[in-house]
Amino acid sequence: MELEKFSYDNRISRAFAFATIFWAVVGMLVGVIAAFQLAFPALNLDIAETTFGRIRPLHTNAVIFAFVGNGIFTAVYYSFPRVLKTRMYSDKLGWVHFWGWQFIIVLAAVTLLMGFTVSKEYAELEWPLDILITIVWVIFGINMFGTVLIRRERHLYVGVWFFLASWVTVAMLHIVNSLAIPVSFTKSYSAFAGVQDALVQWWYGHNAVAFFLTTPYLGLMYYFVPKAANRPIYSYRLSIVHFWSLIFLYIWAGPHHLLYTALPEWAQSLGTVFSIMLILPSWGGMLNGLFTLRGAWDKVRTEPVLKFFVVALTCYGMATLEGPLLSLKNVSSYSHYTDWIVAHVHVGALGWNGFLTFGMMYWLIPKIYRTELYSKKLASTHFWIGTLGMILYAIPMYWSGFKQSLMWKSFTPEGQLTYTFMDSVQSVIPFYILRAIGGTIYLAGVILMIYNLYKTTKIGSFEAEVEMQAPPLEKTYKAPAKAHWHSWIERRPTQLLVASFIVVAIGGAVEIIPTMLVKSNIPTIASVKPYTPLELQGRDIYIREGCYTCHSQMIRPFRDEVARYGEYSKAGEFVYDRPHQWGSKRTGPDLAREGGKNPNSWHFNHMLDPRSTSPGSIMPAYPWLFENDLNNKTLPDKIRVMQKFGVPYEKDYGKAKAQEDLDKQAQTITDDLKANKINISSKKEIIAVIAYLQRLGKDIKAEK
Amino acid sequence: MKFRNYLETMTGIGIYPLISLLIFFIFFVGCLIYVFKADNNKMEEMKNIPLDE
Repeated sequence: MELEKFSYDNRISRAFAFATIFWAVVGMLVGVIAAFQLAFPALNLDIAETTFGRIRPLHTNAVIFAFVGNGIFTAVYYSFPRVLKTRMYSDKLGWVHFWGWQFIIVLAAVTLLMGFTVSKEYAELEWPLDILITIVWVIFGINMFGTVLIRRERHLYVGVWFFLASWVTVAMLHIVNSLAIPVSFTKSYSAFAGVQDALVQWWYGHNAVAFFLTTPYLGLMYYFVPKAANRPIYSYRLSIVHFWSLIFLYIWAGPHHLLYTALPEWAQSLGTVFSIMLILPSWGGMLNGLFTLRGAWDKVRTEPVLKFFVVALTCYGMATLEGPLLSLKNVSSYSHYTDWIVAHVHVGALGWNGFLTFGMMYWLIPKIYRTELYSKKLASTHFWIGTLGMILYAIPMYWSGFKQSLMWKSFTPEGQLTYTFMDSVQSVIPFYILRAIGGTIYLAGVILMIYNLYKTTKIGSFEAEVEMQAPPLEKTYKAPAKAHWHSWIERRPTQLLVASFIVVAIGGAVEIIPTMLVKSNIPTIASVKPYTPLELQGRDIYIREGCYTCHSQMIRPFRDEVARYGEYSKAGEFVYDRPHQWGSKRTGPDLAREGGKNPNSWHFNHMLDPRSTSPGSIMPAYPWLFENDLNNKTLPDKIRVMQKFGVPYEKDYGKAKAQEDLDKQAQTITDDLKANKINISSKKEIIAVIAYLQRLGKDIKAEK
Repeated sequence: MKFRNYLETMTGIGIYPLISLLIFFIFFVGCLIYVFKADNNKMEEMKNIPLDE
């Protein structure tokens, strides 16, 4: 058959590779800053834009979607043409995708620091950006899928499946989780409330880990590990089994983030069961990667690329064994809300995503510059620095996690809590310092890599187009008589895409639909009332400042939590919470029953200078809340949107009555402050925040 | 305050996890059968896709 001539474009893969490295530095630097802020609160600088609550979402978003996101695209734009024997479908779409994604990242960074957030973890961006993401994601999908359709290789290599399945699943997760009604261009309310919102959020949140940080990186692994080792993947059979079971099981695991919360018991159990089952396909992937190096272990000693890959796969194995264990209720009762989880995710992020990306870069850049790596020795140094940084990060975090948990749960023989929350905060600060140093060391390794790769590009010459030839696909392919259904699907990308979508949609549907359908059946606890306008405004400030990054609002039914925080949380309490503020971390104490615990004046002083009321606190100060006037312009719209969701405000409440009520309540609080010798205008934002904090958890208290 | 698990009021809720488990199990077994029956040569060929550029 006649050979067709075509070429691969290296420019786009190079652009994504450079973007990956650039955002790695930004994301990690922001992480290091956030880490130091936790040890030294003065580093929050008393400026809204530089405060931890806004910095932390920037760190997570930058690392996940900017660093790892561009890493995924690098791998797709490099490996797709090569395993499918064709140029990418469209150069133009590729560049729209590239610049579109970088544009979104910049907008995300700016808006997050400005406080435009929906407070859903790893999906904090407001609705206009969500729409932009969807558009760029679809462009990426068209380009990827188009390439599959014009391929010259009949069979789709396993790496391609991982990327396709990831694409379709992320699209589904992003759209469902982002459903909201806008109030203004920069503010929206979640389509889901309370328990349902929490379930959707963690169905998304967990699968952001699964289908953004894991499955596409497995696709990357399936291409670059064989290439770097120069031998085929250990078992293709294993890759098939592990692909299907992984995508099937992963989608169910979300509820393990909500063990012992007010989420229905059956959903919690489902999350646990599927998480445990996940060990098998995860380890299937790890072993497949590691065994690929069998007979080539001597190369690992000399090749930095392979060193990075081996540690990346080992970290993947450790994190995916730990994950299921953390999903056991008895383990979760200790680990949840503590630094243990932070350690867990960083083994995955620094080890698996980070090291796999570095290995790919050390292999890819010399390759497209037609040269050898500038210095293998420097790359090996990077490897050891990175490993040291990771160890210095993880061990202190595990230690502080255990410590927090044991201190929180400890009782004296007389039945009193042994430690105050502040005792636990104080005892983990040294670990926070160590962790920040570990992160800095890891980042230093990245800088070393940049120097090494820069030098490599200087000694090499860039190969923009790679000339290739291959026979075209026969139009009328006849499968061998004995061919099996799976080989049928391997040749059919559309069906593969549809099948993967069905597989992941089943998990989502079974978990989420029942909680939606019974919306009307939630036993609305009679005493749970909608937020007053002032409380609603205060709540939106609470969201804007990212309070949820350190404070949970979910008391689990444990003796210590009930003794420390009050009556455990019930599902019916959250029906007006759009979005929920259950949180996932207790760097500070739980606030679910904060209302009425402390006087207004205490909150006033605490927000102005946390250390004046709570010596030793690491909370940032919020001086701008005392200067800014509360913006009530959108209040009527907020009330209107809430009414659309069925919140029982009286008819036309937003028009004038809401503002009246707001002013009245603000005056009451201001008067109370005045009685305690604090003079402040009732128009300031802090008054709304106090109103909200004083409301928390009170509805049920009143009933007793 | 007594909190009732509202999902208990759904008729036939128990069938949800059962159906999904069955779908998964059948799919998984099918996948295993295919993998063990698959032709060795073809597996080798697919394995080597990334290596022959």
